[in-house]
Amino acid sequence: MSQNWALSLYNILPGLRKRIAGSSGTAGRSWSEAVIESTIRVLGFSTIGFVLLIFIFLLREGLPMLWEVSPGNLFGTRWYPTFDSFGTLPLILGSAYVTVAAIIIALPLGVATAVFVREAAPGWAREVLKPLIEVLAGIPSVVLGFFGMHVLAPLVRNTLNAPTGLTAFTGAVLLAYMSLPTIISVAEDALDSVPKSYRDAALAMGATRWQTIWRVVVPAAGSGIAMAVMLGMGRAIGETMAVMMVTGNAARMPLSLGSLFMPVRTMTATVAAEMGEVASGSVHYHVLFGIGIILFILTFIINIVAASAIFKKRRKGGLR
Amino acid sequence: MNRYWAQRIGFAVLTLSAIAVVVPILVVIGIILVQGASVVSWEFISCMPHEGMKAGGIFPAIVGTLLLTLGTALAAIPVGVAGTVYLSEYARDTWMTRAIRLAIVNLAGIPSIVYGLFGLGIFVLFLHMGTSILAGVLTLAIMTLPVIISTSEEALRAVPTEFRTVSASLGGTRWQGIRYIVLPQALPGIITGIILGLLRAAGETAPILFTVAAFYLPRLPRSPLDQVMALPYHLYVISTQVPGMPLDVQYGTALVLLILVLSMNIAATVLRSFFRRRRQW
Repeated sequence: MSQNWALSLYNILPGLRKRIAGSSGTAGRSWSEAVIESTIRVLGFSTIGFVLLIFIFLLREGLPMLWEVSPGNLFGTRWYPTFDSFGTLPLILGSAYVTVAAIIIALPLGVATAVFVREAAPGWAREVLKPLIEVLAGIPSVVLGFFGMHVLAPLVRNTLNAPTGLTAFTGAVLLAYMSLPTIISVAEDALDSVPKSYRDAALAMGATRWQTIWRVVVPAAGSGIAMAVMLGMGRAIGETMAVMMVTGNAARMPLSLGSLFMPVRTMTATVAAEMGEVASGSVHYHVLFGIGIILFILTFIINIVAASAIFKKRRKGGLR
Repeated sequence: MNRYWAQRIGFAVLTLSAIAVVVPILVVIGIILVQGASVVSWEFISCMPHEGMKAGGIFPAIVGTLLLTLGTALAAIPVGVAGTVYLSEYARDTWMTRAIRLAIVNLAGIPSIVYGLFGLGIFVLFLHMGTSILAGVLTLAIMTLPVIISTSEEALRAVPTEFRTVSASLGGTRWQGIRYIVLPQALPGIITGIILGLLRAAGETAPILFTVAAFYLPRLPRSPLDQVMALPYHLYVISTQVPGMPLDVQYGTALVLLILVLSMNIAATVLRSFFRRRRQW
């Protein structure tokens, strides 16, 4: 912050003084202000209400599946809703498989890019990189899915000579890029919060810049980078449109490494593809909401863990 | 191996990773731009679709997306800004405040398709709004809130404490300090947050799948309880659900959506850097 704040304060003060002087009598003012302030308070609390409301409505529509479908069926390996087979296991594994594959691609890329931006990049490269990564975060997932269908999938099919390019791998690549903005920005914050004294000490001991980065700064930011990975996973597991458009949507158990180059079906894609066609109140409808509950709880856990770590750091004064 | 060589190799790897992140972004935008540019004309963006969407324009989808974005703004801005003011100006560090922060982090992390389910459950069915603009707008607004709140809170916190102190020393009440000093000073940051939130709302498909979107509706909506076409959903429909759809129309639609979202993105970035430079404190 520059020394000029006093100057700019001086500039805005006359207006303020006039307003305070011109406002109506104290009694009227305090009354209307009380109304405004309590409105603000209520709206401030509303976010908690929304989270609760979301959970309540998911439970309301999803819980009936527990007594409508037997547990053996619900956690079975066959998802054929038209034949009353509601095995969610292939969908859960499908989501996990694609997410893990995406993170394996995104983690090294994301961390290296964050390190590059924070520690190694010349100024102009930083000026180019940061807005571009923000652009990536803003590209709608349907557009990426569309691109995946028309460009990436044929590429995958031709390079692998596979029968189809709509595979778990194609989805994982798209998801990796979609989670990169999250991973990069959280990892950057983590690198940023490493005290300058660590770097100075390492350099003073005669370490090269690379040794300082690789052996001191990155390990010191380790917990923050772990957070980046978690939040990236949260982003990847909830992604819907792009995944639905490029993974081929075959509900089969992805159990081997070879499944990477076969179609797979995720929880999100299942809900998005099937909810439009089911009658509300049917068993299928309840199970789709049940999948929503699973997604909600998964992302809830990820975010609680990440948030509590961030809050802890903030209280210690580590994060800026 | 010489450690200076290790440094060179290390930095080269970092640079390559950054390139591997950036180049595909440019490739995506470039390909859509090149393939879509030939279709996008005044007719394409201003005409109704006909012949089962294979010919004509995408006007109703554009209008739909603009209406949804506008509606989301109307619903989300008051709540978002009030929430921000509460968190940064009124809230003390109690367990309740921490619960609000947790709630915001969680809202930001909930998958978009879960918002879609929620909107279907509460607005469409429970409150009997049906698949309508209103149901979609409310769903999108709740999804947008965390983005608006977390970005604007940063802007409010950046206003120096002295500003509030001086306002109080002149006899201003807390609300006057907020209304006439803090909010105007933080306005560019708040607007940036709002644009970033709306950008997300404009591009999302999953939350509107079951709450608003009309597959094919070649007319404009008449009331908030009408269904409407929307660009992202339209792109999804014509690229996966309609067999024999000409590829250039698909690319054209993708390009229009991309331009809409990117221009909001650029507006936010420019606004932020402009005011950051002009700010005197």
